[in-house]
Amino acid sequence: MNLRPDPTFHASPRLAMEAPVENFGFTVMLSPDGSQPDGIAVVDLDPKSDKYGQIVHQVIVPNKGDEFHHFGWNACSSSLSPLSGHAFLERRYLIVPGIRSSRIYVIDVKEPLKAKIHKIIEPEEVFEKTGYSRPHTIHCGPEGIYVSTLGGGGPDGTDGPPGIFIMDCETFEIIGQYEMDRGEQDKHYDFWWNLPQDYMVSSEWGLPPQFEGGLVAEDLLSNKYGHKIHFWDLRARKNVQTIDLGENHQMALEIRPAHDPKKSYGFCGVVVDTTNLQGSIFTWWRDDDGKWQAKKTITIDPRPEKAENLPPLLQGFEAVPPLVTDIDLSLDDKYLYVACWGLGEMHQYDVSDPMNPVLAGKVEVGGIARGAAHPNGKPFVYGPQMVEVSRDGKRVYWTNSLYSTWDDQFYPDDEGGQMVMANNDENGFHLDKDFYIDFPKGYRSHQIRLEGGDCSTDSFCYPSA
Amino acid sequence: MGFELTTMAALWGAVIASGIYHGLNPGMGWPLAVSAALMEQSPKAMPKALGMLALGHLVAMVGILLPFSLMLVLVTWEGEIRIGAGMLVIAMGLYLLINPRHPRSLARVHPAKLGLWSFLAAMAHGAGLMLVPIYLGICAIAADDTGHLAVQSLMGNSIVTAFIVALVHTIAMTLAGGLLALGIYHWLGLRFLSKTWFNLDTVWAVSLVLVGAFGIYSAMTPEMAVDVAAL
Repeated sequence: MNLRPDPTFHASPRLAMEAPVENFGFTVMLSPDGSQPDGIAVVDLDPKSDKYGQIVHQVIVPNKGDEFHHFGWNACSSSLSPLSGHAFLERRYLIVPGIRSSRIYVIDVKEPLKAKIHKIIEPEEVFEKTGYSRPHTIHCGPEGIYVSTLGGGGPDGTDGPPGIFIMDCETFEIIGQYEMDRGEQDKHYDFWWNLPQDYMVSSEWGLPPQFEGGLVAEDLLSNKYGHKIHFWDLRARKNVQTIDLGENHQMALEIRPAHDPKKSYGFCGVVVDTTNLQGSIFTWWRDDDGKWQAKKTITIDPRPEKAENLPPLLQGFEAVPPLVTDIDLSLDDKYLYVACWGLGEMHQYDVSDPMNPVLAGKVEVGGIARGAAHPNGKPFVYGPQMVEVSRDGKRVYWTNSLYSTWDDQFYPDDEGGQMVMANNDENGFHLDKDFYIDFPKGYRSHQIRLEGGDCSTDSFCYPSA
Repeated sequence: MGFELTTMAALWGAVIASGIYHGLNPGMGWPLAVSAALMEQSPKAMPKALGMLALGHLVAMVGILLPFSLMLVLVTWEGEIRIGAGMLVIAMGLYLLINPRHPRSLARVHPAKLGLWSFLAAMAHGAGLMLVPIYLGICAIAADDTGHLAVQSLMGNSIVTAFIVALVHTIAMTLAGGLLALGIYHWLGLRFLSKTWFNLDTVWAVSLVLVGAFGIYSAMTPEMAVDVAAL
């Protein structure tokens, strides 16, 4: 417990943008075949440091086969509301779930160069206390740490629907299921919220048998992956409205609400439209009558390609689908970054008018049947995937692995992991030639967290204006 | 008589001081008034939010003080009641020292229901209990002053006193918190919100213990308590 609020807690998004920039990043190290234990790489992000752009420390866990994916902080700017009584928590621990093992690691990063495991929660405890499995997205909020899961009970995670559970933000004890009335929600992926307005939005990927062994083409073509987003009364823990984006909009993944809590809108990325292979972004908002609405505001077309250049999964289509797998919104709610993992492109949209996004910038690197090299001449395997934006909006970091078994289906010839950075400055949106991290042999990379919070961790209790 | 006047003034001073103390503590809610004004983009939302916070706090204070005012009917037990009350307040303080965690159920209150939240927050943190020894001290002197009245009017007086104590305390709290909220909203800016936020959890718990100890001490040695209260 601190005597003052943690200096990295900010009342408003604007204050977070003005705060000192990140000196370290934390990135998932994933052993795709489970031959080595997974870990968290600590990356030096201070341009004045001798070791800038290098992995300066690794926290390697004692188990194999966890499959690290997403992770988050024990506490963030959401603590600055008297409503939660958590104002004096430290932003100190990363909560890192294994989505294959359902094991959860709590990693102490108070001293990034000496980051170490603080606590391990074994899978049996997750199963027993929540009835869920395969923990995924982490957010810190009013009642503690909220963890979304991708699976229900049973060995294949289909015994009951997946959902969210709550952990104590000080002891990291698992408290139990979040939902009191889930309505028609039966799949899960991401979730986020607006704390003062007291709403939460959640999304759907698919059930464990639909992703653990690889993408199931028949399920995709028969539109059996998730295509709905759910709106919740956050504190009442009740699903108040479900919007079906249309069954052809397969895999509604990342939920990115506007950071300014005055605003009642946000975005959701959809991986693929099975009618035309487009990737898309939906804008969701609350209308004057208090009903939630959603509308497709960005579409990204597939690129025609000869079958011989494509992986077996795509040969029948003779096209490269964009595969919108991650999106991230800058703290000023101005730019939405859209990873097109199939095309090998990172798009930057100006979403100042959320109903009319405008493509403002684009970077090409990697990609199916293209494999564009990094500006430094080195390879970038797979495509741009997990993207994280610095709080000041000037640096955009990303890695390239989607999910172990899916990487192998879409990029059967690639292997490895890279983390790169693009600058967003007077020269526009462009890759930084000098920032390129090649991950240690046998490791792929996934989500990135930035020291002091980033654009997909912190929720704010006070508007910017 | 002169002694008692001084003591009385000191006790009312304590009612006001505890109000200011509660008001400045962000944990009692003033940042929510800043948030309300910014969310609704209107400074008018601030008095409304402060009013709701004040109402919740007032109800919590009255809710704690009233049972004690009813107990004061038992005139012959007055000393024991004051000692028992002091021990209760000390116990609450010790409990909060041992278990400084804020109840998670408070986080489930809808952010717009500020009155309910304020009531529950005051109850959970023993804000009303902090007033009890002060209130009982005021009642004791008032009773001495007016001589031995009939039981009924004594009770009537102590009930009225309970309401006045709660009201004066809540007004002081609302003015203190309100001024801070106004200052942040109009001049200082949100950056000062976290700068003015101090962890008072331990100080708060110790305050309860001290106030409770004062209550017991003054019940046992009325004359000497005058000096302490006059400080």
